[in-house]
Amino acid sequence: MPDHVTHKGMISIRYFLLAALYFYTIRMTVMKFRLNKKAFLVALCCCIITVALVFYGSRKLQNFDAALIAYLFGTVFALFGIIYRYCVWLQRPPTWMYFKRGWQLLFSKSFVEYAGLSIQKLVRNIAFQRFIYPRGKARWWGHFLLATGCLLAFSVTIPLTLGWIHFTMNPATSIDPADTNLYEAHLFGFKVMEFKLGSWIAFFIFHILNWCSWLVIIGCLLFMRRRLTHAGQIATQTFEGDWLPLILLIGISVTGLGLTYDYEFLKGKTYEFMAVTHAVTVILFLIWIPFGKFFHIIQRPAQVGAHLYKKEGEKKGMAVCPHTHKPFATQMHIDDLKTVTTELGFDFTLEDGSSHLDLSPEGKRSALAKAHLKAREESGKFFG
Amino acid sequence: MTTYYKTEMEFFVDMQRCIGCKACEAACAECETNGQQSMIHVNYVERAVTIQTTVQVCMHCDDPVCANVCPADAISKDEFGVVHTANSARCIGCSNCVMACPFGVPIKEEKYDMMMKCNMCYDRTSAGKKPMCATVCPSQALYYGTREEMRKMRPNSVPVNTFQFGKLEVKTKVNIMMPAGSTRLKVD
Repeated sequence: MPDHVTHKGMISIRYFLLAALYFYTIRMTVMKFRLNKKAFLVALCCCIITVALVFYGSRKLQNFDAALIAYLFGTVFALFGIIYRYCVWLQRPPTWMYFKRGWQLLFSKSFVEYAGLSIQKLVRNIAFQRFIYPRGKARWWGHFLLATGCLLAFSVTIPLTLGWIHFTMNPATSIDPADTNLYEAHLFGFKVMEFKLGSWIAFFIFHILNWCSWLVIIGCLLFMRRRLTHAGQIATQTFEGDWLPLILLIGISVTGLGLTYDYEFLKGKTYEFMAVTHAVTVILFLIWIPFGKFFHIIQRPAQVGAHLYKKEGEKKGMAVCPHTHKPFATQMHIDDLKTVTTELGFDFTLEDGSSHLDLSPEGKRSALAKAHLKAREESGKFFG
Repeated sequence: MTTYYKTEMEFFVDMQRCIGCKACEAACAECETNGQQSMIHVNYVERAVTIQTTVQVCMHCDDPVCANVCPADAISKDEFGVVHTANSARCIGCSNCVMACPFGVPIKEEKYDMMMKCNMCYDRTSAGKKPMCATVCPSQALYYGTREEMRKMRPNSVPVNTFQFGKLEVKTKVNIMMPAGSTRLKVD
């Protein structure tokens, strides 16, 4: 088949993907959700800023790779969806309370202490996901490999797609065929590093997405094994919530490896097929981020805020349960919770003016048992 | 998720019948959805003055406060009214649910940095079986069966699923056995 025919085919497939994306966006916006204007505006602004950054970051599209246009649209769509959902999420009273408190605490007079704690928690909980380790070693290995592969791949592909990084041959070394060719990496058009072609560094960098693919595949297989054998998981899992993300990630990784396989071993004969299937899986993944399980990647840093909140609360003092007479939570937490529950329409104010929330969990259970006993006593029979 | 959940089956709790044997605690740890950790609570009510114990399972509220106060949208209620334990991918371990639950049910597992709670042995109930705790309770403080069975067993009691915590009324999927004629349990 002549080259121009396959090229036209590729372009039509890309247009089809873009059209599908737009229709999907419109459908999701109009049919499923009631538009949240504030979230829409923030998301729109972020997308406009990103497109502007693509334009200027790629030096007025000089360094932008036109072959990645479908990925760019997918990325901008994902960004819109993520920001939109994030803004809607933040508008919920408990989320807003934690979000507000987290930033207030970080930029308080204890900035140095809390910035240090945040970095420690970011490394421990986000980079290494150590909180998963006590839940199961295989579970941690699976998650760590999968997350590392994904985050590393994001850090490479997103700047590449947006035209923020690109690679060029060092012109001075490419004139003389006998000379060792040097390759340069540019960030926003500025040279940031240089390496010899054929070196180990070059091999590592050129294949970085392959290494990521293997990490993701191994991680996904470990999770799939768990989902096939763990009775609790089998009872509660759903296809779209738990299996689809794993299938998508394996799809992306396998088709990505297929690209390398094609040009290393098949002389590029199946390149179009590999490129299109990879683009389809990646774009599906991107548009699924705001709606499915992948959104937890965006939510997870909130865990750092929860740690700061607990630390500050401990400094300010603990709430003591009137039933057990023991400290059970920070007073700041209980006070904030009273505000949040009231905002949500749950009024726990008791007849004496105190709150049911002043009781510890054990105190609440005892209060319930005492009320039950009282009702039985009043009826004249303890059992019946 | 294929399910054989029996909608005619209900959970009935009568904490006055609890003898504090903790058989339910041991059985609860067999639940696969808890990861072999006991989520049921058995505690003395006021040890200094009485040997009375109480037992508490998740009451599976119609409008669960735990899910409403969760900043991470980690708690959900399914079509059968079962309020599920925190989605482990989302839970940020803030303990809002632990402190807000009016029944004192959720547990924050510090080592996991995650909340966990009873989900009515979903691995069993979704397969048409009874929750572990209800199968072993020797005094039937915990019972899982039909309303008709309960009516025959306890003719002088009625199942009640409305609770009053001060100004707040909470309706639940799980029933508490109250003296005949009762319509709610007032807690203050």
